Amino acid sequence: MLKYDLAVVGGGPAGMAAALKAKECGVKKIIILERAETLGGILEQCIHTGFGLHYFGEELSGPEYAGRFIEQVRNTDIDVKTDTMVLDISDKNLITAVNKQDGLLHIDATAVVLAMGCRERPRGALSIAGTRASGIMTAGTAQKYVNIDGYMPGKKIVILGSGDIGLIMARRMTLEGAEVKMVCELMPYSGGLTRNIVQCLNDFNIPLKLSTTVIETHGKERLEGVTIAKVDEHGQVIDGTQEYVACDTLMLSVGLIPENELTKGIGVSLDPVTKGAVVTEMRETDHPGVFACGNVLQVHDLVDYVTMEAQMAGQGAASYIQDREVFENAEYISTSHGNGVRYIVPQKMNIRSKEDIKLYFRVGAVYKNAKVVLEADGTIISSKKKVKLAPGEMENVTVPADVIAKLTKDSTICVRVEESQ
Amino acid sequence: MCYDVAIIGAGVTGAMTARLLSSYKLKTVLLEKANDVAMGASKANSAIVHAGFDAKTGTLKSKLNVEGCRMMPEICRELSVPYKNNGSLVVAFSDEELVTIQELYDRGVANGVDRMEIIDQKKLRELEPNISPEAKGALLAASAGIVCPYELTIAATENAVSNGVAFQRNAGVTSVDDLGDFFRLHTAAGDVDAKYVINAAGCASDDIARLFGDDSFKLIIRSGEYYVLDRSVGNTVSHTIFQCPSAMGKGILVTPTVDGNLLIGPTATDIDDKENTATTAKGLETVRRLAMKSVPCVSTRDAITSFAGLRAHPTSDDFIIGISDANHRLINAAGIESPGLSSAPASAKMICEALFEAMGAEPAKNEAFNPIRKEPVRFRHLSDSEREKLIQENPAYGRIICRCETITEGEIIDSIKAPAGARDVDGVKRRTRAGMGRCQGGFCGSKVVEILARELDLPINEITKFGGGSNILFDKTK
Repeated sequence: MLKYDLAVVGGGPAGMAAALKAKECGVKKIIILERAETLGGILEQCIHTGFGLHYFGEELSGPEYAGRFIEQVRNTDIDVKTDTMVLDISDKNLITAVNKQDGLLHIDATAVVLAMGCRERPRGALSIAGTRASGIMTAGTAQKYVNIDGYMPGKKIVILGSGDIGLIMARRMTLEGAEVKMVCELMPYSGGLTRNIVQCLNDFNIPLKLSTTVIETHGKERLEGVTIAKVDEHGQVIDGTQEYVACDTLMLSVGLIPENELTKGIGVSLDPVTKGAVVTEMRETDHPGVFACGNVLQVHDLVDYVTMEAQMAGQGAASYIQDREVFENAEYISTSHGNGVRYIVPQKMNIRSKEDIKLYFRVGAVYKNAKVVLEADGTIISSKKKVKLAPGEMENVTVPADVIAKLTKDSTICVRVEESQ
Repeated sequence: MCYDVAIIGAGVTGAMTARLLSSYKLKTVLLEKANDVAMGASKANSAIVHAGFDAKTGTLKSKLNVEGCRMMPEICRELSVPYKNNGSLVVAFSDEELVTIQELYDRGVANGVDRMEIIDQKKLRELEPNISPEAKGALLAASAGIVCPYELTIAATENAVSNGVAFQRNAGVTSVDDLGDFFRLHTAAGDVDAKYVINAAGCASDDIARLFGDDSFKLIIRSGEYYVLDRSVGNTVSHTIFQCPSAMGKGILVTPTVDGNLLIGPTATDIDDKENTATTAKGLETVRRLAMKSVPCVSTRDAITSFAGLRAHPTSDDFIIGISDANHRLINAAGIESPGLSSAPASAKMICEALFEAMGAEPAKNEAFNPIRKEPVRFRHLSDSEREKLIQENPAYGRIICRCETITEGEIIDSIKAPAGARDVDGVKRRTRAGMGRCQGGFCGSKVVEILARELDLPINEITKFGGGSNILFDKTK
């Protein structure tokens, strides 16, 4: 049995930032457990730029962004085990992991940070009818084939879903000489960042077909084509709009799901909307000493926000390890989401907190010239004008410390969208 | 060389027959048109061992089903194939259907099915709390079970090959010369000579029979669509839940699988194309709706995949097993639709009896025959100490490739190196479950491709999903 103050599950941007922050706060024995061969997580295959604008104030590629943290981790005494899969975390924070060198590892950790990231929704979850030909894959899998393995996963491509990975891959495959015929999006708006729609589709004349989905795949061995169709406001196919599109590859970018299998094993409560843990502003779950951050907690739009969130978790874990007083004296109220807001992270906030608390959220539809309203006990605390709000972009609003000071255990904190008249 | 017997088709019937023949002193070859075994109906069906009350009394279906159901647990033990005797329920939703289940009960008694019972609504709800409140009663058949059909086929083939049977993949038979003492089978993989042929070619068995001058039967191809639901809802029911049967089949069932998933389906649609395993929006919607009739809480939101399987429905409505009238060295094993899986152990026995009759005598026993197929390593089922030991012996068992199902690199290598082992991504998936979980190969798919390329010493872009032209990658990037 190995004994650590802090075990971080996942060595992507979230895990590394959490571990580094905890180290900075003075935590002594820290270990990062990473299932891939290297630290860096999914950033290693994201060779495009656009990372770091908020956190570093400069534009980096994924491996560059990750590299800065890998370098920092190397310069500390944080232990790192790569190619190591965590099999189980008990409700006593006992971790069982496995790798080739050590066989089974048993780790007793005072605190645990969950930073396992997320996975892509596969075809099966969509129930697209048709054959089971090769050439149907998630955009992230295709990204790995192109950027890591150096092979073309397709030449004539249709992309379903306008999530950021899908948009990025539309550009990537075009640059590699493939023909990206179109990006289809079930919703009447894109789920990706505006900048990606401009830079990855518009700049390459790739059509974005909104309110359109793929209803059938064709081809017995390799994919030969797909049938697309328009959908109405309920997502139902509009008969007569079916159209055959010849292609050898269908890439799916239809959503990300936090990888919370281990989290469930511990018995941590999950938020049905985020599919991540219910956490406090310290990013502590409802299981003492277990923290969560990054895409395993909520799917982020930008890695910069992942880093910032992971630092909160790292700091939280450090306090838990060093001085539990703040946890013992905490009094939590739930944050509530009103009109237009799908969820808020954190779901719970400590009204004894002496500091500002940032609430992160996403809206459920596209709004123009709307206001983001923060209310405490029914009183408007802030009302911020927004030219555009879209589901693809994460928003935040700050609850100031002086407002928190006045809250009681019966108080309510609510974020809502006020649409323009 | 000339084989004594060539079996055409490595589905569950062909594989079980090959295994049984390997217990005799015979030179046997198992020919498969696809890149792997179990590529037809044997990989895409309800995975049920039926009790045997469905088929009309006196038919081959009823006789072989009841016998096969009795033989299955022992055969699965020998082959280390997961089998569970979970029992089945045919649920009645109306007074008419209560009459139907009584008829099924009576037929079961006539067919020789034991351990059946008609149960009332109260007992039904005790057994299955999630069953529809509309359910009025059910026929409980305690002898029914569940088994993994492709694993059974894979294990039987492995065992047959270990006992001396030759296995040839990508060897679809295109034409036949009868040279008097033996047949010359022209296949995509070259000519194969054999004195006797067993036609176990599934949906193509009528076409194969015709190559031998036998046009005595015709098959109708019936497609059945299914959903596989996530393991998190795998215990929604514990029994296999049937609805009352109709002319087209046994209706939509809801059943746990031996791997812990929930399976719902199938539809029954007659189709023209023998290779059309496409699912349809209409079919999947029918499955969803009718599954909810039995078990209202079933939700296709939990679906991890869907698929369609093709059944070879004989116009005679019964299995066609026996010496062909057109050529007495041809033994047909055709029209094996449901309950073909349940019947397979008994069918293999009957097929061999027909073969021996054609040969004029039962051949000598193969004294070296070993009925046991060693259980493959299943890392996820092992205790910590077993895992420690395994990784010490071979570190490849310490590297997890498929996270959703906890499958190690060692298991994947084993599946490739096994007798008649995996040659493609789907083959690895069926043997190890790598890629069968909720992410459906999103993370491990590319790693499996790498391991296949390495172990088979092939360029990575020659690795296929399921043989033929189903390559996963094109050329190198610029």
